[in-house]
Amino acid sequence: MKKALALTLSAVLTASLALSGCGGSGSEAETTDDSTAEATEADASSSDNVIKIGVLEPITGSYAAGGAIEIEGIEIAHDERPTVTLDGTEYTVELVQADNKSDKVESATAAQRLIENDNVTAIIGSYSSVPSVGASEAIKEGETPAVGVSCTNPLVTEGNDWYFRVCFIDPYQGTVMAHYAYEELGAKTVGVAYDVASDYSTGLAQYFMEEFKALTGDDASIIEATYQTGDQDFSAQITNLAAAEPDCFFVPGNYTECALLIKQARQLGVELPMLGGDTWEINDFLEVGGSEVEGVVFSTFFDSNAELSSKTGEFVANYREANGTEPAGVTALAYDAYMLICDALESCGSTDRATLRDAIAASEYDGVTGLTAFDENGDPSKPAVIKIVNTADQTFDYVTTISVE
Amino acid sequence: MKKSKLNNILSAISLVILVVLIVGIQQFGLFGINTYVIGVIKLCCIYAICALSMNIVNGLTGMFSLGQPGFMALGAYTTGLLTVSAQDKIEIYKIKPIVGWLANLNAPFFIALIAGGIVAAFAAFLIGFPVLRLKGDYLAIASLGFSEIIRIFIQNGQSVTNGTTGLIRIPGHVNLYVAFGALALVVIFMVLLINSTYGRAFKAIREDEIAAEAMGINLFKHKMFSFIISGFIAGIGGGLLASHLGAISPDVFKFTLAYEILLMVVLGGQGSISGSIVGAFIVRAALEWLRIVDNPIKLGPINYPGISGMRMVVFSVVLMFIILFWSRGIFGSEEFSFDRIFRFFKSKKSAREGKVNG
Amino acid sequence: MIVMPTLAVFLQQFCNALLLGSLFALVSVGYTMVYGILRLINFAHCDIFMMAMYIAYNLIAVALLPWYVAFIIVIIATALLGIVVEKVAYAPLRKQNAPKISMLISAIGVSYFLENLATVVFTGRPKTFPQIDLFVAGLTIGPVKTLRLCIIVPVVTAVIMVLLLLLINHTKSGMAMRAISKDLDTSKLMGINVNKTISFTFGVGSAIAAVGAILWGLKYNQITPTLGIMPGFKCFIAAVIGGIGNVKGAVIGGLLLGFIEIMAVTFIPSLTGYKDVFSFILLIVILLYKPNGILGEKIAEKV
Repeated sequence: MKKALALTLSAVLTASLALSGCGGSGSEAETTDDSTAEATEADASSSDNVIKIGVLEPITGSYAAGGAIEIEGIEIAHDERPTVTLDGTEYTVELVQADNKSDKVESATAAQRLIENDNVTAIIGSYSSVPSVGASEAIKEGETPAVGVSCTNPLVTEGNDWYFRVCFIDPYQGTVMAHYAYEELGAKTVGVAYDVASDYSTGLAQYFMEEFKALTGDDASIIEATYQTGDQDFSAQITNLAAAEPDCFFVPGNYTECALLIKQARQLGVELPMLGGDTWEINDFLEVGGSEVEGVVFSTFFDSNAELSSKTGEFVANYREANGTEPAGVTALAYDAYMLICDALESCGSTDRATLRDAIAASEYDGVTGLTAFDENGDPSKPAVIKIVNTADQTFDYVTTISVE
Repeated sequence: MKKSKLNNILSAISLVILVVLIVGIQQFGLFGINTYVIGVIKLCCIYAICALSMNIVNGLTGMFSLGQPGFMALGAYTTGLLTVSAQDKIEIYKIKPIVGWLANLNAPFFIALIAGGIVAAFAAFLIGFPVLRLKGDYLAIASLGFSEIIRIFIQNGQSVTNGTTGLIRIPGHVNLYVAFGALALVVIFMVLLINSTYGRAFKAIREDEIAAEAMGINLFKHKMFSFIISGFIAGIGGGLLASHLGAISPDVFKFTLAYEILLMVVLGGQGSISGSIVGAFIVRAALEWLRIVDNPIKLGPINYPGISGMRMVVFSVVLMFIILFWSRGIFGSEEFSFDRIFRFFKSKKSAREGKVNG
Repeated sequence: MIVMPTLAVFLQQFCNALLLGSLFALVSVGYTMVYGILRLINFAHCDIFMMAMYIAYNLIAVALLPWYVAFIIVIIATALLGIVVEKVAYAPLRKQNAPKISMLISAIGVSYFLENLATVVFTGRPKTFPQIDLFVAGLTIGPVKTLRLCIIVPVVTAVIMVLLLLLINHTKSGMAMRAISKDLDTSKLMGINVNKTISFTFGVGSAIAAVGAILWGLKYNQITPTLGIMPGFKCFIAAVIGGIGNVKGAVIGGLLLGFIEIMAVTFIPSLTGYKDVFSFILLIVILLYKPNGILGEKIAEKV
């Protein structure tokens, strides 16, 4: 028996040796990779003068589309500001991407990899709260400052001194939409359909329903229906909701499901106003939704016309010139996240992670999406922009800006 | 088969080296191995435990069950709920407050871990009644179905499990000692089990159910026992995973997880303990290592631009090759031994040495 | 807890269920054919279904072919894909006489590969399946609002089922299929070209998956690499419920599953979150008490 035990454990040994071998060769590949990258940079820059910033985004998986437009924003910012000057020394900023695969477990490992293997000074990301919550613990343990871009779930930053974000949070967004439905649309009853498999959707729906019930003082003012991520048929839920004859629908959730849901609602003859959340602001939403998403309204972080700050105009003009389209809200946020970190780096003059964390916490950064200053959780307080879908021009048109206390 | 003296000596030496390595890495940061690599090694150990739990049912008893994610989820949630502090529980349950009695229910980590195992084992007992009457791929589908049912219940049980947000701030108690310690305990248990009457009965069932029954083996009782043990170990694996990750949610335990564990078992060789362990280590390590194909690589004149998602394609191609051309896995149903390696080198020279060591 | 819908709502839900159920039925047929002949759960079936949708998208939206030409090419291309999958992933194992579990794992491997390949080639961003008015124009019958698809899909499903039954029961290849499903080795001795017949079965099964994919895409016009998983899972359940290996059974199972899903939401809206549990429980109950499915063993046209 002992023998058998010994031999199995020795198997573990070989395996772990193989693993560390793999790890070793992995980091070797990494260093050669780095050196070639540096070689292409200016000859003068030695490895001492490089600051690495991790980009923790979903490159594959269900949030890949959102990840792509956030990375776009970070890259625009990086092109604009490839170096930072700390105490008179110029440092080259190098972006290190890590794919969190839209997944909690992968996100934790990816964050660890950025922190430990790539030695990044700070991390930007991620799109969606799911991978962000997954990485939260690793970021806290790794003591590396991180700035989330569009992860709106309160749990991402709560109880974590190292995690910040540049967007508002779901309780705020839900409240804003409840006010919009009650005050602007004059709705008395709302049909709410949300995704039980997404914390973003469930959370947003919950905060909306609480606020709306408080506004109307009537618990019967909400009719609920649920679905699951990956569902494609919503006809039963829509028929149920429509049978209760509400004044409008609130359907927060990932745009992939929502576009289908709205489309099916229109096909089933439901012509009520549709309200939603920030994930809708993406071209794919228009593409999937087609003409059926005309006139749907959602809250988001940013609009070219919202004049959130003096920098908005310039950013939008540059983006238009380079791409011929309007920038997405999360692209602007990602741009801000990068710039905020660079500003904090320059203001504290150090690449030490703890010093940088304090600098970020203290920063009052006036970016393209408005003023970012963090509360004790690391969340900013920003106004929400309400937009309406215009399918004729394939645009999201500015409606109004709402700030709720 | 009889082991040579040399084999025993080598095994003992490698065991000592392994212990020294673990202590060295955990205590003194040997080789400059950082938390990331340690994290991967811990994850490998945890997956190895889960692979072993699947191996009891699939490799040892010859049933084809894919219920592991469900059992892992139960273990993970039990451990998580018992170790997250009362204060944290109240804070993280945003949608619906946690049910009163659960909020203040706390236990030390090891008790929580065992409790997780017991809950999973009990679930296996309940599920076993209907499921174990089925055979072959029907059993696979039914167990997978139950695993999904468990996940859906967890997802909808807001006030108990915190729904889709899941649990966060689970205290991390898993270091290399705990990870390897748990793995070693599971291995010792399995070795004892294999050599017991139960183990022999399991193997008899695997080889030929009808013959086994004719020999007086109570089929249902033994299948059930194997299923419960498997559930218990998977529950422990889930608990360790919860503590290692610090955050769990229903989507961690999707049915694709069952495929991943299955691959580890098959790669190592069904019915082989050392096989499952090696399989788990190779699959996890390969998944990490293959990250390099996602990034740009410059090899002299060849400039590979780096395609995100490429590593999963490479991974699945490698996997297909293994299944198609090496379907018995690394060890078949035998165990690792140095004798085997010597024989291997004698017969095939060193041409294929890479494969044995992964 | 149980909510009684009004007649108008019920009729509307009935229509919704008919459409969903017929789509399930089409995909289930492919599973059933492969299982019938090889006793193998073809996990890759749902990914072949997904690939068919991408092919259709690229032909219509990118290559701008007229839809009727594109549909024909899609069906042929998907059939070829099915045959290639069989040749690459299953045939070698059959030759080695590998255990059944190896085949199953190989199936999972192919499924994994196709999904990841699609992610790399087509990116994870959803693509929009082209909308063809002929199929998706609105249709109002009394209180019920639906799409033309609601009529087209059941008709297509019925036609395919009839054609398939004719193929299986009244042609030579059908006879070969039935023989192989009874006993593979003996069929070989009887001079049946087993490999050719199995390829043919995969081809037909995949071609039907392509038809299902086109109709599915017209109704739920969003394509992602992981799109096949859930329909795949459900349609497999449908095939088992109906009696796996049995074409009529698959159609009945698909319809039944569609109705259960929609009606569960209609009558017990508070349990919508547990919708998928109903399907799984039904599956397990069927497996326990009628392991051969609703149509059972007795019917002769086991493929």
